Amino acid sequence: MTALFDAAAGFAAVCFLVAMVLATVRLFAGPRAQDRVLAFDALYLNGMLTLLMVGLRSRSEVYFDMALLVALFGFIGSTALAKFLLRGEVIEP
Amino acid sequence: MTDTALPVWVALPAALLLFAGGLLTLIGALGLLRMRDFYSRMHPPTMGATLGTGCVLVASMLVSSWLLHRPVIHELLIALFITLTAPVTAILLMRAARNRSR
Repeated sequence: MTALFDAAAGFAAVCFLVAMVLATVRLFAGPRAQDRVLAFDALYLNGMLTLLMVGLRSRSEVYFDMALLVALFGFIGSTALAKFLLRGEVIEP
Repeated sequence: MTDTALPVWVALPAALLLFAGGLLTLIGALGLLRMRDFYSRMHPPTMGATLGTGCVLVASMLVSSWLLHRPVIHELLIALFITLTAPVTAILLMRAARNRSR
């Protein structure tokens, strides 16, 4: 049963990695800037899920904190980019 | 942590949840690549952001709770955070796209 769980975790990790590659393709190919920001959003989310998968496979709790930090800084980054596209300024006086 | 064997009632639901989460996220990323215009492209990645993340986090809660011999619910923190922040980014991005294409 542990082997089944490890196989499922490996499958999910491969899925998230392929999703990261697809998001990277969209990041480079996106015709406009908002497509690139959207692809970046998907990219950091899939990276966070990959970190969780690594943590599940290695039975370690450390990766959870990393995933939380990735979620936090990814949100800040993509929101700042979207705000910049919206107003031409990230922090307005 | 300790490398004990997982019982069936932990390993089977966790494996199914991971399988479903990985597949959903992959389909979402495929949609991000395949859709034609930006407004359609907004939709597919949210599948991975909501249901995919939820499946993975529930599976992680199950396995961590078994491995540490106590209820582990700090994965709810990530779930809450993603649920709160994904719509904010989506709204800002959609507004930016509408302003830029005007």
